[in-house]
Amino acid sequence: MKGILVNYDMCTGCHSCEVACKKERNLSEGEFGIKLCEVGPYEYRDAHEATGKERWEWTWMPVLTKACNLCEDRVAKGKMPMCVQHCQAWCLQFGEVEDLVGEIDGTYRHALLVR
Amino acid sequence: MFDYQKHLDAIDRKAYHEGELQWEEDGYTVTRTNQWSPPGCHDACGVLFYTKDDKLVKVEGDPLSPWANGKLCMRCLNLDEAVNDPTRVKYPMRRAGKRGENKWERISWDEALAEIKEKVTAIKEEYGTQAIVCVHGTGRNVNWQNPIIGHAALQTPNVCMLFFSGNACYTPRTVGAIAPIGDYILVDASQGFEDRYANPDWRPPEVLVVWGNEPIASNADGYMGHWLVNCVQMGTKIISIDPRLTWWGARAEYFLQLRPGTDCALVMAFLHVIIEEDLYDHEFVDCWCAYFDELAETVKDATPEWAAEICWLDPEDIRGAARLYASGNNSAIQWGLAMDQQLSAMQLNLAVSDLIAICGNLDRPGGNTLAHDAFDCSADYDTCSQYLPPETAAKRLNREYGLGMNGHDPIAGANADAVLHAIETGQTANGEPYPIKMVWIQSSNALSCPSWDAPRAYEALNKVDFIVNADPILTPTAVAHADLILPIAMGPERNSVRSWWYPLKSMKKVVDYYEAVSDEELAILMGKTLNPDLFERLGWNSDIDLLNWFLAGADGSRVCARKDADGAEMLEERGCGYTFDGLCEKGGYLYDEWNATYEKYAKGMVRQDGSIGFATISGRVELMPPAYRAWGLHCDVYHTEPTTGPLSTPELMKDYPLILTTGGRSFEFFHSEHRQHPTMREFHPWPKVMINPFDAQKYGIQDGQWIWIENMHGRFRQIAQLTSRVREGVIHAEHAWWFPETEGAEPHLFGTFDSNPNNCIPNFETGDYGIGACAKSGICRVYPYQEGDVMPGEVVTRQGGFGDFEPGVMKGYKTELR
Repeated sequence: MKGILVNYDMCTGCHSCEVACKKERNLSEGEFGIKLCEVGPYEYRDAHEATGKERWEWTWMPVLTKACNLCEDRVAKGKMPMCVQHCQAWCLQFGEVEDLVGEIDGTYRHALLVR
Repeated sequence: MFDYQKHLDAIDRKAYHEGELQWEEDGYTVTRTNQWSPPGCHDACGVLFYTKDDKLVKVEGDPLSPWANGKLCMRCLNLDEAVNDPTRVKYPMRRAGKRGENKWERISWDEALAEIKEKVTAIKEEYGTQAIVCVHGTGRNVNWQNPIIGHAALQTPNVCMLFFSGNACYTPRTVGAIAPIGDYILVDASQGFEDRYANPDWRPPEVLVVWGNEPIASNADGYMGHWLVNCVQMGTKIISIDPRLTWWGARAEYFLQLRPGTDCALVMAFLHVIIEEDLYDHEFVDCWCAYFDELAETVKDATPEWAAEICWLDPEDIRGAARLYASGNNSAIQWGLAMDQQLSAMQLNLAVSDLIAICGNLDRPGGNTLAHDAFDCSADYDTCSQYLPPETAAKRLNREYGLGMNGHDPIAGANADAVLHAIETGQTANGEPYPIKMVWIQSSNALSCPSWDAPRAYEALNKVDFIVNADPILTPTAVAHADLILPIAMGPERNSVRSWWYPLKSMKKVVDYYEAVSDEELAILMGKTLNPDLFERLGWNSDIDLLNWFLAGADGSRVCARKDADGAEMLEERGCGYTFDGLCEKGGYLYDEWNATYEKYAKGMVRQDGSIGFATISGRVELMPPAYRAWGLHCDVYHTEPTTGPLSTPELMKDYPLILTTGGRSFEFFHSEHRQHPTMREFHPWPKVMINPFDAQKYGIQDGQWIWIENMHGRFRQIAQLTSRVREGVIHAEHAWWFPETEGAEPHLFGTFDSNPNNCIPNFETGDYGIGACAKSGICRVYPYQEGDVMPGEVVTRQGGFGDFEPGVMKGYKTELR
């Protein structure tokens, strides 16, 4: 099974995945094949204890919608899915789920997206 | 997670047609090239253009191009919408109604050029060609193409950005680095190597200071912000210095949310801590720096406690951040536009350069490396000024001649305030007659973006007899002021080259658009019309001739390196060794050796005579540069308060209790561009002003509500976004908004005044040496908009403006502030 591994600690919320997908799937206004959901920004109240990079929460999680087919036509030609190819933060990886799980090393928060 | 080589190895290179420049695929023709202009961009990403029936249908990033590795921003992915926008300017057009009525008649290129020739000839005979001002914007192909038109065709010495006081973009950083170091500097994110992050000599910065910019949204100055995200994935620690929380601040070891316009006090405290605690690189200072004791003396009282009070920070955070930066064996500072848009600009940029130097982070892997344009193929805003008649060149409206101030200009081009004064009064500051009869505006939406005091700009341009606007878009500036409009090609419709910094890049034309021409083609048309003998002599007959001139070195001999890394003489080699066609065939980019070499100063690669050292008078990094003294500047470092604010005008804070900062970038837009593209507006429909929820409550403001932002100058309207990204007491407003979907004719003018923070920003308020502007650190109050409120467009175009300045008086304010 194929999937997309997301390092959502590093997502910058740049929207490239969303627009790349809209173009590929020819989606109308308001429709997405992949959609960023924003968390934050907020400061943890116990800020004196939560110092440095633990102090703030601000990240995005991409959600695959029903319009996503993991770019099966592109993948069949050997190309990357549009969202993965254009992810400016290099936080999306496409591949076999078993291989992707092996990429999770505990350094960053990850999520594995399949459909 | 970030493993560059593994990423490259996993790409199916055949699927992306490695080695091919053009192929057929699924009924499309696919072309491998680069894109930057227009829509404008400071970068040059590798793209695959999919075209069919002379139309751009789709754009993909090219995963085999090492600049962006195929990772395009949303604007470039949406390029088909920009290029095929039905509202673009298709033909030359002459104004049919009055200015501001938005009525036009189509004319031919021959008619347009004949009219320009007639007007220019008449101006030349009656006033001299200095009565013409030649205006450029940014990010598009106007850095040298526009000066060619200005200097060589129109033959005016007055090339500039319009009403952009203080040269407050890049110039202060450039001058602030070149004076002490001799060259400009960039954060080394491996961009000098074709094998990028896999290059064995490179390593990521240990500590990265992101200062006064959000590089992932702005991608400014030939630098791609997301490169630095890769460095973070490779272990780089972050210090974020910004009034706004950015991606960096939320992931930083230290997020210093300083009061806007106080950065110089902060860097002085950094220097104080690092010198006081003996954290600097003694070997580098001893071997390569001069005037260290003098620098130490100038910051000896700049304690973190002193700075903390000015900057609204915790002294321990300042101390901690300074120690962290100094602790890295290779650390880097990514500085941005905010460094230029404050009164301390000249001191601030000098001090940051000094900080980089004394910590030994110059020209080392993952530090701040010396940068040249690739192969020294370089041309700038002074291009072709040598072809001006000497008596015309002497009349350039610079600081000295136009403003009556002493000292030499370190900057080519006319001074924006001097130009404004000449237009308002027909005189120089010394009272010498100096009428301005024509303004040529090329790829600048002056009213919506660069003009600090936008209503004043409107009033001034109304005084000019003849205005030509060359642009792909019908902008508010064109509707309000243009007498002639010339259609300009977008990126896929033009051939071009760029060397903003490195590698060298080419752009290949794949489609046509009605009668639009590229800026290079426009330069040829203008040259052939107005100065045919010169263009004949130079052999400039086509756009390709100009591109080949650029690739052969252009004006780059001024900074040309004399030796390569092995000490071999490079004197005979000028330019990149390829023609435009050759560069395209090579794949569209070319890396040079100079920029891929570390510690160039120790290898004799920097100085003109090939000797060891930096390109300064002494060969050392001059921490208190004599160059500053020669220009009439102080070379000690000191902080200057913003014109208005809690320390400079405490009595005004009762009426205007908030600090107003502006200009932060969005992913969706490049300055005033992209507002007419439905997909960008789907993501970002309206201008947003960030306000802290506590302030919002205090001033009765709801999230999503239209609010007025107002100060002594005027007011503008944006939608309140309640967010903790800004601290209490500071708001951030977006810049450069207009609404192409609304009425173009006056008084509305596409709404360009209605949401424009430049209603609240003065001209003539500049820093030391006339450089740096107070654009990001004003004051204001906020209150909800109510149905029926008079809109700024009405005030400016029908009611004589806000009455906040005196035309002809060289001040931003009508009354004294203190």
